[in-house]
Amino acid sequence: MSQKKTYVADIERELYDQKNPFTYSYKAEQGLTEEIIREISAQKNEPQWMLDFRLASLATYHQLDLPPWGPDITELDVDNIVTYVKPTVDRKYTWDDIPADIKQTFDLLGIPKAEHEFLAGVGAQYDSEVVYHSIQESVAKEGVVYLDMETAVHEYEDLVREHFMSLVPPRDHKFAALHGAVWSGGSFVYVPAGVNVEIPLQSYFRSNAPGAGQFEHTLIIVEPGSYLHFIEGCSAPRYSVNNLHAGCVELFVREGSTLRYSTIENWSRNMFNLNTKRALVDKDASIEWVSGSFGSKVSMLYPMSILRGERARSEFIGVTFAGGGQVLDTGAKVVHAAPYTSSTINTKSISKGGGTAIYRGLVKINKNAHHSKSTVTCESLILDNESVSDTIPVMQIDTDEVDLGHEAKIGRISDEAIFYLMSRGIDEEEAKAMIVRGFVEPISKELPLEYAVEMNNLVKLELEGTIG
Amino acid sequence: MKMPNTFLRIDDLHVEIDGKEILRGLDFEVKEGEIHVIMGPNGAGKSTLANVLMGHPKYDVTAGKISLGTQDITELKTHERAKLGLFLSFQYPQEIAGITLENFLRSAKNATSQTPMKVLEFQKLLKQKMSVLEMDPEYATRYLNHGFSGGEKKKSEILQMLVLDPKLAILDETDSGLDVDAVRVVAKGIQEYHHADNSLVLITHHKSLLEHIRPDAVHFLVDGRIVESGGVELIAKMEESGFTAYKG
Repeated sequence: MSQKKTYVADIERELYDQKNPFTYSYKAEQGLTEEIIREISAQKNEPQWMLDFRLASLATYHQLDLPPWGPDITELDVDNIVTYVKPTVDRKYTWDDIPADIKQTFDLLGIPKAEHEFLAGVGAQYDSEVVYHSIQESVAKEGVVYLDMETAVHEYEDLVREHFMSLVPPRDHKFAALHGAVWSGGSFVYVPAGVNVEIPLQSYFRSNAPGAGQFEHTLIIVEPGSYLHFIEGCSAPRYSVNNLHAGCVELFVREGSTLRYSTIENWSRNMFNLNTKRALVDKDASIEWVSGSFGSKVSMLYPMSILRGERARSEFIGVTFAGGGQVLDTGAKVVHAAPYTSSTINTKSISKGGGTAIYRGLVKINKNAHHSKSTVTCESLILDNESVSDTIPVMQIDTDEVDLGHEAKIGRISDEAIFYLMSRGIDEEEAKAMIVRGFVEPISKELPLEYAVEMNNLVKLELEGTIG
Repeated sequence: MKMPNTFLRIDDLHVEIDGKEILRGLDFEVKEGEIHVIMGPNGAGKSTLANVLMGHPKYDVTAGKISLGTQDITELKTHERAKLGLFLSFQYPQEIAGITLENFLRSAKNATSQTPMKVLEFQKLLKQKMSVLEMDPEYATRYLNHGFSGGEKKKSEILQMLVLDPKLAILDETDSGLDVDAVRVVAKGIQEYHHADNSLVLITHHKSLLEHIRPDAVHFLVDGRIVESGGVELIAKMEESGFTAYKG
């Protein structure tokens, strides 16, 4: 153990030196200043326009207030937001500082030891770079670009400049503005017209950029007639003392193409997860969201599809698991902005041990979007009397010629179902887990096998209460 | 010839639900290899008996004792009873979405067996038992009882019995609501299951199943007690005069 400590300390010092060539005291700073933004930009050696963008976002950030709706996030120290932003502070702790429950989760999830320290944010290097490069090479043959966001700013400057935060403008909300000012890490994917990317691309393999998993930016453009499945996140909670996550995902789905965007997120229990995801969907194109939300203290996550071309489609399936002390306020938004567009939203939530799971969603059908269809189905499973579930579906319909469906079900695990399973030799805990796994099965079956297995493991761990 | 051992033994069983006494001093015994039939009017406590034997937590056993072999199981949890070889075919089987019949049964088989069965071996067993019950193999890939018709659910119960191969199976009105053909298939399943070392308790309202199965004993359960036991001749008696003579 002592050996490990030394190892970590060495790596950490090295990183610290590397990332902070300038010596200034963070303690002297009050609030998020221009200097810090310039610092971040300079470290990334960014073009002037990006620095300008960051500074404009910072100004917006200072103008905007916290959202007046949704869960309570007043515990976030907004006046001293810099403590969440400082790029090096998450390296300033060692393996010993990582909470025991997180370490235990790594073991229970069967995450290889080598990855533990990386995932915990204390490791420096991680072999996934190798995997990442090989994937990069195999798709490059087809003209697919798969880069980290920083590199893309340099190598695909025009594309990035045209699209970056055009779907989620910094004005959108305070944390979008913060993201615009301090973003770091993330993925850039460009799929040329007519290319079918057969293997799913997984951000997991390249999420070790500094600050990744906190303010990462994902920008994906799939050109006409192409296909891509992108998978974001992983089931292991990434621990950070910087407990604010304000990522941003922008997806451009061009005519006749399909983009599937799958996420499994499992945040450490101190995390405020305020993430913004949006897709712009053209004529005859499809966006498919698959979303699994676990962990965090508070999550606010409502992926949005803007169906702007005729016959554009959006399909959203999501599962949310809220345990004790957690408020997971999740859902989906769809704007039907063209005729013959269609959307489905299918969510499942589980709340347990006093947790709160809220579905919050919006379906907006514009006046011109005649002959559009939308179906929203929300199912909640409440595992005990202390837990809470709520559904807040909003529909704004500006045309008569639409086909709408909405269904919400809130249920509990029936004693009779448990008795039935137990009568076949299954113990009570496993019987409950079976029912919950069955409940989320429509979502897990949409995931690649290894992720489905991980999600089932997560469900099991959540039920056993071994996480958090 | 050696005397068969007693497998299930119930002594002076008193059971309440929500403070109301349903079983009031019930005695009952099943030996290895035997088939017992329990008949009785609605509300007599037949389903209560089946559920209590399986350990349903909503019933309170206020007095008496249930033994399996030499073991007192009165306090055992439901899954522990299943592991000892007890099985209940439910009158109203639950529908469980999201888990296939096959995956569920494999979990159950492994939970009730000493050594886990290999996947291929299990699939072979499942296929064979489904064919006995004239079930479309596609049912194995459907969610457990989910969207099954009444008859399909009962076949699913019998299939589970055949695959798990318990020491004692209690069939709670498995034959009710079934058409003639389905009753024939259930009877076929019972014949497939039954041998000299296992036992059956059939709870029924009807004699249709008994046209296929020959029980060793017939019991009348009225007002929470076994009021009469005998051979198959009791069935004719019940047909003639019902249970009114036994009511208090």
